Amino acid sequence: MRRKTGRLLRGMALLSTLALGATACGSSDDSSDTKAVSASDVQAALKKGGSVTVWSWEPTLKTVAADFEKKYPKVKINLVSERSGDKHYTALSNAISAGKGVPDVAQVEYFALGQYSLTKGLTNLAPYGADKLASKYTPGPWNAVSDGDKVYGLPMDSGPMALFYNKKVFDKYKIAVPTTWDEYVDAARKLHKADPKVYIANDAGDAGFTTSMLWQAGSRPYKVDGTKVKIDFADAGAKKYTDTWQKLLDEKLVSPINGWTDDWYKGLGDGTIATLASGAWMPANFASGVPGAKGDWRAAPMPAWTKGDKASAENGGSSLTVPALAENKELAYAFVEYANAGDGVQTRVKQGAFPATTAELKSTEFQNTKFDYFGGQEANKIFAESAANVASDWSYLPFQQYANSIFNDTVGKAYVSGTKLADGLKTWQEASVKYGEEQGFTIEK
Amino acid sequence: MSTPLTTASPPAPAEPAGPGRSAPRLRTAGRKHSAGRPKRSVLLTVLATLVVVYTVVPLVWLLINATKTQAGLADSNGLWFAHDFALWDNIRDTFTYDDGVFTRWLLNTLMYVVLGAGGATLLAVLGGYALAKFDFPGKKGIFAVVIGAVAVPGTALAVPTFLMFSKMGLTDTPWAVIIPSLVSPFGLYLMWVFATEAIPTELLEAARIDGAGEARTFFTVALPLLSPGIVTVLLFTTVATWNNYFLPLIMLKNSDWYPLTLGLSAWNSQAETIGGDVIFNLVITGSLLTILPLIAAFLLLQKYWQSGLAAGSVKE
Repeated sequence: MRRKTGRLLRGMALLSTLALGATACGSSDDSSDTKAVSASDVQAALKKGGSVTVWSWEPTLKTVAADFEKKYPKVKINLVSERSGDKHYTALSNAISAGKGVPDVAQVEYFALGQYSLTKGLTNLAPYGADKLASKYTPGPWNAVSDGDKVYGLPMDSGPMALFYNKKVFDKYKIAVPTTWDEYVDAARKLHKADPKVYIANDAGDAGFTTSMLWQAGSRPYKVDGTKVKIDFADAGAKKYTDTWQKLLDEKLVSPINGWTDDWYKGLGDGTIATLASGAWMPANFASGVPGAKGDWRAAPMPAWTKGDKASAENGGSSLTVPALAENKELAYAFVEYANAGDGVQTRVKQGAFPATTAELKSTEFQNTKFDYFGGQEANKIFAESAANVASDWSYLPFQQYANSIFNDTVGKAYVSGTKLADGLKTWQEASVKYGEEQGFTIEK
Repeated sequence: MSTPLTTASPPAPAEPAGPGRSAPRLRTAGRKHSAGRPKRSVLLTVLATLVVVYTVVPLVWLLINATKTQAGLADSNGLWFAHDFALWDNIRDTFTYDDGVFTRWLLNTLMYVVLGAGGATLLAVLGGYALAKFDFPGKKGIFAVVIGAVAVPGTALAVPTFLMFSKMGLTDTPWAVIIPSLVSPFGLYLMWVFATEAIPTELLEAARIDGAGEARTFFTVALPLLSPGIVTVLLFTTVATWNNYFLPLIMLKNSDWYPLTLGLSAWNSQAETIGGDVIFNLVITGSLLTILPLIAAFLLLQKYWQSGLAAGSVKE
């Protein structure tokens, strides 16, 4: 039921994005890009005051907004929250296409940024001073928000990947924590043999996870240069990933549970899902979603594709952007900068958010934080190292939201029928190319 | 004028049978079976049992799981109680979580139901009565429009409605939910058919001959006769408005105006959010609390939900 609703909503989001593409391109006249804005304009706006409407589901922004209002008493932050993912983008696209009710600040995940920046739905923040902030951020997130000399948002958090594993389960069956993906497959076999109810991981076909795994394996399926796009899943990295993961699927070593469902939280809690390769933001979700398994879990570096290799990837993460139709851009930028480059970063990290800024990642306070949930482990050291090892040349499609929405109809077949992962990727590629052409992109062959 | 009412005969199975009429008929059928004839259909019993299980199991699940904490939900069997009994804590937390926003959503829902479903019923009654008992040009056209409107799912109209309301600057206000809820083609059709059957035209003519104006005739003669139909339409529109999800979903952004459906969904999706507070226990308890008023409404309105009192009472 939930999945159906999700699909319906994705369809809706898609329709409205198309509508957005049609109207936004026609009506917005680049004035935002050319108008000279300076830091003093931002300061003047702060003195004058006003209100800023922020659409974001990031829970830590509540404190940040309160602090900001305290610092600038004339500014009122109107935080509209509690919706994430598809619903958020549906609402945002609807508002942009209607030209009314557009927020001053909107949270947009890295994978969805291209869609909005290409349709000129977002303000280029470089003239406001965002272009001088590049050195503050780790390469992965900065690469995601910037395009040449344009900056479409400031990174709010990042998701360098790590392998979370249930130490209790691994100890029980005396299995070593895998450091390479080959060892991972071995561990999967041993675990499932020792207890048929235990799976090394859950995977029911998740576009975000697959793209992150390709990213780590060195595959670069998407090349984007303005409206010129290349989609190709035939490189060596993609083969590494499909060969390994196909073994897990063929031998039914991964549990077919969808992520983020109650079943999933249950599996993480009762030991039937033994590992989770995910972003460094995951500890907060562990703590609130699986309180019963406190002390059972630990973090480890991502398994390597060849022993000793340290390459990592990002999974998840989002930015704060200023939509092109925002009414109060100077104030909006002031808030975005405060939250994602200023004092707000500290506040958010203290509440469990994972930073995208190098200063916070390197600080001893951050590195020495002990995670009670992970039995006192200083897990941030692993995450920070992973963040440093993320290759920055990855890019998502300018229509990644659409591509992700058809993932289950293409690659997803490998999870429910005899289709091979590699063939699934090929079908995904063809469907994405077809859609891109229909949308007027130049697809390089 | 009052004679036909006092000599009302037992409900005749007049066509067409609205949902309001099937209930008592089923009941008599049941009595007949248990009283005399022991002839029972095994197949029917099995089917009925399956249907009962199918309807009751989710409710039982809801009730059981509302007693668990988030940790209990993760490590206990779904259809039995966990070691801890946290129903009262859950109810308290549901009402206090996030500065008691649940209460606000509950009041919003009540407002949408009172204004939206109440208004829809009022309009359906007035319109149905007029269409059933008055002749005017264009009636056939209206019939076609109403029947057509019944066939169009609300979901299909949601996006055009959004764009229209957006132009009027009404999105993200309660009006965006209330105004579309006022239109119930099915309710109008039901009242139309019901009024045709339940109000004998002779009765209206008698009232007119006695010198009653149209307003008085409507309120004193027609309205009491229509009450079973009104309750039926009220129940339908109430349930529809109470459960309405898609319309508020695309109309509302500000959580201060959410109805319960949207609020609970927002709580649920916190689990899919990076760094979000996972509160399945409160979602489940909130869902349980959300269906209670509907159950109460059904039980309270049931006794009014009978066949037309005067249907077939006048010889034509």
